Amino acid sequence: MSYHFNFGWLLVYYPELLKGTWVTIQLILIGAVFGVSLGVFCAWVRALGPAWLKPIVSVYVELIRNTPFLIQLFFIFFGLPSLGLQMGETSAANLAMIINLGAYSCEIIRAGIEATPRGQFEAGASLAMTRFETFRYVVLLPALKRIWPALSSQIVIVMLGSSVVSQIAVEDLTFAANFIQSRSFRAFEAYFVSTFIYLTLAILLRLLLKFIGGRLFQRKAAR
Amino acid sequence: MTQFTLWDIFRNLLLATRWTILLSLVSFLGGGILGLILLFMRIGHNRAAQFFSKIYVEIFQGTPLLMQLFLAFFGLGLFGINVPAWLAAGVALIAWTAAFLVEIWRGCVESVASGQWEAAASLGMGYLQQMRYVILPQALKIAVAPTVGFSVQVIKGTALTSIIGFVELSKAGSVVTNATFQPFTVYGLVALLYFALCWPLSKSSQILERKLNVAHRNH
Amino acid sequence: MSLIEITEVRKSFGPNEVLKGINLDIEPGEVIAIIGKSGSGKSTLLRCINGLESINSGSISVAGAQLLPDELHLKALRLKVGMIFQQFNLFPHLTAGGNVILSQAVVKKTPKPEAEAIARQMLDRVGLAAKFDAYPDELSGGQQQRVAIARALAMRPIALLCDEITSALDPELVGEVLAVVRSLAAEGMTLLMVTHEMKFARDVCSRVVFMHHGKVHEIGRPEAVFANPQTPELKQFLGML
Repeated sequence: MSYHFNFGWLLVYYPELLKGTWVTIQLILIGAVFGVSLGVFCAWVRALGPAWLKPIVSVYVELIRNTPFLIQLFFIFFGLPSLGLQMGETSAANLAMIINLGAYSCEIIRAGIEATPRGQFEAGASLAMTRFETFRYVVLLPALKRIWPALSSQIVIVMLGSSVVSQIAVEDLTFAANFIQSRSFRAFEAYFVSTFIYLTLAILLRLLLKFIGGRLFQRKAAR
Repeated sequence: MTQFTLWDIFRNLLLATRWTILLSLVSFLGGGILGLILLFMRIGHNRAAQFFSKIYVEIFQGTPLLMQLFLAFFGLGLFGINVPAWLAAGVALIAWTAAFLVEIWRGCVESVASGQWEAAASLGMGYLQQMRYVILPQALKIAVAPTVGFSVQVIKGTALTSIIGFVELSKAGSVVTNATFQPFTVYGLVALLYFALCWPLSKSSQILERKLNVAHRNH
Repeated sequence: MSLIEITEVRKSFGPNEVLKGINLDIEPGEVIAIIGKSGSGKSTLLRCINGLESINSGSISVAGAQLLPDELHLKALRLKVGMIFQQFNLFPHLTAGGNVILSQAVVKKTPKPEAEAIARQMLDRVGLAAKFDAYPDELSGGQQQRVAIARALAMRPIALLCDEITSALDPELVGEVLAVVRSLAAEGMTLLMVTHEMKFARDVCSRVVFMHHGKVHEIGRPEAVFANPQTPELKQFLGML
């Protein structure tokens, strides 16, 4: 093979890569915080919530888990404006990621809640706590602890999946790679470098989540 | 401008769905075979093979499928071949699917209690015999539900091949949208078609898992 | 008026009627042991009094608080009766102190310093003042059960329900828990306990209730019930031990 790799373009285009990386980081931070919050709420509904809300959440979860993220993104960005819901590409990307992670984390967190021994609910009740107080103060934290590894993996998957938001012109890392390949005609190298950045981000994100888990579930004195 | 009926849209999407199904099947089968090879490398006794399998999974699970598609598309081109989109799509999806299946299956093999290995060894079985007659039959039973479950991820993964120009359901959705200017209807239908493909698999995976759990509780 | 009034209580699980019209009135300061075979409905009765099970008919009231199936009434009832479980049910993510503080802070909105002071006082009362910062899995079964008692006491209940609280314990740990219960009885706490500890029931209780097939089959002072059982079923039950 007579191809010569050339990474000289990096000197010219690294600001694009940095900018794109930063956008990807922002996307996953917003997506993770609100997505997991949505997931906690939906998990509460499915495991313990009011009966009338359960079918609505079930349909939402099944619809999202059984359709591609790309189509969810297109539906939100291209489809919703015909209902009068116009939004910018970044908002659409944020919304799509929150909705997507919300559905997946709902199922993961629900499994954690359902693994709670019945005695924990009864102990909460016998201490005169309401069902919601028992969920909030007794059940939630140990449930999250149980499923934290699975939840962390899902957040990483959503971060990697965010690369398709470049398709609606969000200027993320993939967008930067596309831009560079169109300017420098060094397609393979451009994608190679950005893939490497994604891999680094995935590793760092996993470490960050491990750290957060450690703090969240840390044993501390009750004062 | 010609007027498109709902049926026109639906028929076009349905035709493209064939390619989504075909690509999913190829990816799943190819990924399964490659995954099996990587699985044996991972659970075997060769250190180098173990390491390779581990790094393989790290890389393919740690990078976006879209990037893998781009790299396959442009990387294969470096060999001087004019790469058709379907080839890059197939190669990348097989490689990606394999990485996830190895991890799922490795979990199943490891979930077979260590007492089973010891019992088999105590009966004088060699490593391969232990694997063949004791561990794999048990692991296989556990593996069915999550494997069926992962096939849903493969189908959804094929949607990304539209970005490198493979014409399947998602690409057809974009093409039809551009022709009809009815993104809400078209992408809604596209989503429903994906749902029709994925949901039965998701459900069967859940049912299989529940059955297995019940069977285990009775033991 | 009695402190706890149980009137014609019936409870079914599906087609299976577990409580078939229970009547029992308990005066303040009484210590009552409920004995009987497994499946006689004794644990169910206790769980009904705390509202953990709903009842099909009849009524239960504790110091005027009626058992009704809405959250407001349940809360009022549960503030008056505490419950101790066979499996302790401590909250694993909180320390012993945290376990005792939590419901005071959440339910009673007791300010943190005050709740902590009460927690220390209650843990001291069960002999575990030194374990304030220990997590449940760092404690023995007997210690966990004593924390559970402290946790219930911190809500200042007027009666305590004890559901086979020593059944999950190793034999050598039973004594420390019973000693705590004995001291509570001596201080005048109203206690209703399902138990297999016949000697303890004889020594500490003011009355013994023998349940059989979902009914109160025999009831009386412990010396009478144990020394002179009136029914063949109770004779058989005591002989079985």
